[in-house]
Order: sequence, then structure tokens, then C-alpha cells
Amino acid sequence: MAAQATGAAAAKAPPTSKSDDQEMLISGCEAIAHACRLADIDVVTAYPIRPYDTVMQMVSKMIADGDLDAEYIVAESEHSQFEIVKHASAVGARVFAGSSGVGWFYAFEALAVTAGLRLPVVAMVGNRALDDPGAFGTEHNDALAVRDLGWMLTWVETAQEAMDNALIAFRVAEDPHVFLPCAVSVDGAFLTHSQHLVKVPSREKVNQFLKPYNRGNKLLHPDNPITIAPQVNEDWLIEIRKQNDEAMKRARGVIAEAYKDFNRIFGRNYSPFLEEYMTDDADVVLVGQGTLAMPVKVTVRKLREQGKKVGFVRLKWFRPFPTEEIQQSLKRFKAVGVIDRDYSFGSPYSGGVLYTEIRSALYDLPNRPLLHGFICGLGGREVTIEGVTEMSEILLKSAKSGKLEKQVAWIGVRE
Amino acid sequence: MSTTAVEVIYRGIFQRTMAKHITRGIVLAARKEGKVGIAFGRYGDSPERNGIPAKQFAIVAANDEELQGSIAKYEPTEVDVTIAVDDALCKGVESWAWYGLQPVNKLLKENGTLIVTSTKSAEELIPHIHKKDVAYNLAIIKGKASFSGLWVYKNDHTDMRMLGALPRVAPHLFGSPALEAAIREEWKDDLKVASAEKSFERVQIRKVKPDEGSPEIPFSFTMPGWKSMEEGLVVRAIPLGGHFEGYDGGYRPERNPYFKKFTTRTMRPVVDFAKCTKCTLCWLQCPDSCFDVTPDGYYDANMEACCGCGVCEAVCPVDKCVTMVNETQFEDNKSQWEMWTKDKNGYAGWLAKKIEHRPERSHGFHHRGQYEGEKIEQID
Repeated sequence: MAAQATGAAAAKAPPTSKSDDQEMLISGCEAIAHACRLADIDVVTAYPIRPYDTVMQMVSKMIADGDLDAEYIVAESEHSQFEIVKHASAVGARVFAGSSGVGWFYAFEALAVTAGLRLPVVAMVGNRALDDPGAFGTEHNDALAVRDLGWMLTWVETAQEAMDNALIAFRVAEDPHVFLPCAVSVDGAFLTHSQHLVKVPSREKVNQFLKPYNRGNKLLHPDNPITIAPQVNEDWLIEIRKQNDEAMKRARGVIAEAYKDFNRIFGRNYSPFLEEYMTDDADVVLVGQGTLAMPVKVTVRKLREQGKKVGFVRLKWFRPFPTEEIQQSLKRFKAVGVIDRDYSFGSPYSGGVLYTEIRSALYDLPNRPLLHGFICGLGGREVTIEGVTEMSEILLKSAKSGKLEKQVAWIGVRE
Repeated sequence: MSTTAVEVIYRGIFQRTMAKHITRGIVLAARKEGKVGIAFGRYGDSPERNGIPAKQFAIVAANDEELQGSIAKYEPTEVDVTIAVDDALCKGVESWAWYGLQPVNKLLKENGTLIVTSTKSAEELIPHIHKKDVAYNLAIIKGKASFSGLWVYKNDHTDMRMLGALPRVAPHLFGSPALEAAIREEWKDDLKVASAEKSFERVQIRKVKPDEGSPEIPFSFTMPGWKSMEEGLVVRAIPLGGHFEGYDGGYRPERNPYFKKFTTRTMRPVVDFAKCTKCTLCWLQCPDSCFDVTPDGYYDANMEACCGCGVCEAVCPVDKCVTMVNETQFEDNKSQWEMWTKDKNGYAGWLAKKIEHRPERSHGFHHRGQYEGEKIEQID
């Protein structure tokens, strides 16, 4: 059984020996702030919204404590927050900004032009339900909204992965083959506001992984007289879009390469795009992103005890979408259930975003698994063992009968 | 070993840092014994309103896999230890609308321990705590509701004293040596270690049997489903009207049945109706509209609606007419006006006794000089 990266081993005593990693009890937001410190960012902008805002508090503390030398600019809105880092990135600064929910949406114009200009802004989205109604809990529609713009998007499961993926995000975004912005999505509350034990590496190690940001001859500087962001019309735009398309395609290889180096330098065992959990002999699997992996893994273990061959596949990158990896993985199973902590009203079969994308990715396979979509955990409602068991039973029933009764089901909604 | 869960119930926002110190301290101490853990706040509790009850948690497990079952949750389904850092919280916890009122011991496992900071005895506190159908322990650490951790307030080591009691009441969590090592590493302060050690010795523990405690059944309601909920995010106003039940005349407005907020209260107003001039100021100024208008034109603070803010006392122009009194002096939410109507002399005596307990406030500024001499009084 593949139980990759699960920590099934018994806990060891607090590490002191060979590794120069320092173990800290920090929240997901604080882990992102440490990634900013380790990446030695040059410019950071801040505008408060929960659950992202702990990052800006922590980064300001790091600057005040002398642990980080960066320009800290308090913007008057999210729109300015992202405009400022966009411009700073153009002049060669390594930049970071973050937001959540409708705050992220208020920056939308800036988000669109950042990708259009190929500026490697790294952002953190503390996933939060969109207003109205005002709610603080996690939902993935905020980050997902930039999926068509040329932003890379990654989701994480733990505070450790939040820090690690933020470092990987800088590396991939700033690779001259890519030069695209990247958002690290961190589930609100469950990661942003929960303190976990995180191994924080030394800056020396990070320097091995992350070379200084170099825009080369695209640097906006008086010594390199260039103009960027011109006005164009129909005679130019489609070619520019095609360039972005190619950059996003190249990002797949750059991500894979970055993980290889990351694993080597930091002694981790990450696979870049998918984490497979107890899938080797599985009949059916669930697929999802972010912290819902926790209750799903617990449920998978329980169902395994009952002899039910259920597994889990965690998608780590949504953009670029790992089409081939998803195909190779999911074609092995009789039935697949995609858990969406998001929605896409009026979409095919009224499914979630992830369901619709995976369905599309599987279309060309000669032998497709039966595909279910589950809408679950919206507004940060807990994904429970009962809910995951219900989904698993639906999958097992389909696998047995070979028939799909209903494409999409809402789990855990009060009737 | 299965996971061990500890909840810390505190008054937002003033006791937040203290609660964080406690939950962090738990995970860091357990880590010294090779265990893993997480520390988090119940997310809906934040942003925390003035004095509103809020919760933080620490979960400790043998390994990462075991811990997974406790991650991505708002609160555990049961806890081994509940820590309440204000004894007025013994009456229950209601943080937000639709949470309902949770008894302070609701999540506590059979034979688990409720630790309370209080200057009262177990016998005085138990009548405030809802009955539970299993036995548990009540541990008391002597002290008042502390602001330790609030940057403007002197640190009285309440956080360390709570931590120090844990190896005594829940030795499977961690032992004293691990705690001492963690405190030294995190806070670099020998005095804090000493406070934790003393607390280990001094904590008073008493078994609470299933038949002991308040028989009150907390208010409850059913959450509507998507089919019955009104579409378009419409929230209908509470209808105008209402009357003072059981009497002709008077006015008691309808109030939100899903958010009563009275567990925010650490002190309550008592009214000397004999002194009241019916000036209406308390009724007008109360931010929660908690005053009922009685049939004879007095203003009766309704204890199902009062948050204990003290505005009524501040605005009352009559000397000693409205007085704030420590909430722990009361065991019910009954109408003061009715008591006064039925027995004026009896009420006068009751009032005089209650006023002896002007509050040692657990949150907020009350009157000039309120902190003077407090430190000396608190030394145990």
C-alpha cells in the first residue's frame, strides 16, 4: 500500500542532531511569513483581511526584529497592494502579497495585468468564503477565480507544506522560462489559524534552492531602457496570449525540476503534483485539495479496516493542471469521487470546479473511471468522517454496479 | 495512547494571549516527551468581542497520523481537560449566534478535569456548573480572572500556573520535567518555572458526582435547512410588541432567541427601585436594550439579555441606585423587580448583601483605582 508522506512512523524526540532545521510551533500564516523571510523578499505589501492577515503581522514583526530587510508598504486597498508588488517585481524586486476572499477579488484588475505582464509575484490566498453572506471559513472559489488568467495555483495540506510550497512558488515563478505569478492557497482557519510543528530550514539551505531573482534584459531600469505594458489591439493580442500559454505549459517541467531539487536539499519526499494515499490496490478513490485531506485520510484508514478498498489522491497544483498525472493515476480505479470545496453554479452537471476540470482531463482516456462530484465543506464547514464515509459508499456502490446513478451530490447540507 | 485534548475557555479579547500561552505551552511541553501536537483557537470566536467567551485548544498525539483526526476541525468532540480562566464562565459559554449555550463542562470526558481560577471554593462554584451525567474532577487554582498576557497589564503567571497543574490532573499529557524544560526554552524565565511548580503542589482537586450541579437545561433551537430557509439572505426583524408577562401593562420586547449573549457578563447591575426616579437613562443608554419596562414604570434589567457592560451604572444620576455586582454572586436570572414587588424589605436586605460584592472586574475598565492593591490581594 502506498502511504507516501503520511508520517505513519512513531514520533521521534525533538530534532537536534544532524539537520540544522529549527522546529517551530507556528500557524500556516506564520509559516508563509517564514518563507518570505527565508526567500529574503525585497518588497511586501499589506492590507488586512482575515484569514490572510496574520502573514502581514508576522512579516512586519520580522522586519521590526531585524530578521528581514524589506520594504513593507501598507496599501490602502487590495487593488493597490497588488499593483505595488507588480511594479516592484518589474524593477527586479522579489515580492510577496496576500489576501483572502473578496479582498482578493478587489485586486482582480491588478491580478489580471500581473499575469499578462509575466511578473513573478508570489501571493498567498488564505482561502475564505466569498461574501455575501460574510463568512470567515474556508472555500476555494476565491483563489480559483484566477484560474484562467495565467496565475499558477497550488494548494497545501499542512503548515509545513505552506512554507515549502511558498519557497517552491518563488523558484518556479521567477524561472525565466516561466515568469508567471503564483498563488499559494492555504485553507482559512484550519491552516492559517492553527499552530503546527514546522521544520524551518536555514537561510543557507534556502539559498542553495532559490537563486536571486534576475529579470535579465526585461528589468525596468534606467540603465536598461524599455517600456512594458503597452496598449495593443487585435493585431497583437492573440500572439501575446499564445506566449503566456507556452509559459504555463513550460511551468509543468519547471515545477517537477524544482521539487527534485527541493527534496534533495531539504530532505523531503514530495511528489510534485499528486499525493497518493493507499491507492495501490484501491477500487475507488476520492480526490481533493487542501486540508480536507486530513479527515479523508482518517476515513480511508477506517474503511480499510473494514476491508473496503478506498484510497485518496490529493491534487497539489491546480494551475498548471497536471493532466497527464491525473490521467495516469485515475485510470487505475473503477470509480473516482472529486470533492469540491467550491462550486460552479450552472456548470455541466452543476458540479464543482475541480470535478469539471478532472472530468475534462479524463475525457480522452479509452477506459475512464466512473466519476462522481461531491460538493462539501463550503463556508468552512468541517469535512467529517461521516461525510467522507457517505461519499466512499456511493463510490463503492457505483464500482460494484458499474453504473453512475447521479453525477453530483451535496454532502453535509441541511435539507 | 489516543489523542489528548485540552480546551481553554477565556474572555475575548483580554485573555487571548494568556490562552495562547497555555495552549502553546501544552504542545511544547508534550513535544519534550517526543509527542506531537497542534494549538488553535475556535475560529468563529474571532474577532472576539469585549468579554465574550472564546476557546482555544491544544491537541497532543503520539504521532502525526494519530494527530490527523484532530486537524481541520473547529473544536474536538471531547476533551480530557477544560481550563476556564474566569470563574464566571462556570455558568456556560455562548460565543456567537446559533452556537447555543454550552455548559462549561460540555466537552469534558468522564473523569476528566475542569480547572478554574477562582477565589471561591468548589462548593460555591458547583451550583453554577451544569450537571453532567458522568463524574468529573473540579480543580481550583486560587486567583481572580487574570489579564496576564495583556500588554498593559502586569503578568501574574496565571498561564504558567494553569500549565503547572496539568502534570497533576493529566499526567499522561506530560510530566513536570518536560513542562519545566518547555517553559525555560519558550519564556526563558525561572520565575515562571517556579510558578508552575507551585501550582502543581497547590491545585485543589475535588470529584464532582453526576447529580451535582445546576439543573438548568440550556436553551436550544433547531437550525433550518436550505429548503425552509428564506432565500436572498433575508433576516426578518423581530416583530414589535411584547408585554410584561403576568402583569397588566409594561413592556418586554421580543429578543433574539438564537443569541442571548448573557454569558459575556462578568458582573450584573442590581437596581435599588426605592431610589429610582424613573429618569429612563438606563433604558435609553443600554447598548443591548436589556431593560424591560415594568407595569409601574420602572426599568428592570433582564438577565437573559444583559451583557454586564456597566453603562447603566455609569449613566444613572442617582447615587447607589444601579450598582454592578460580581456575576458569581448569583445563581439565577430572575427578575429583580418581581422580587422587589413581592417583598420590599426582603429585597432591601438582599440588595445590601449583593452590593458588598462590587466586582473585581475580569475585563475592561470600571472605575478609577480599581486595580490599586489588587496585586497584593492576589498573592497566594
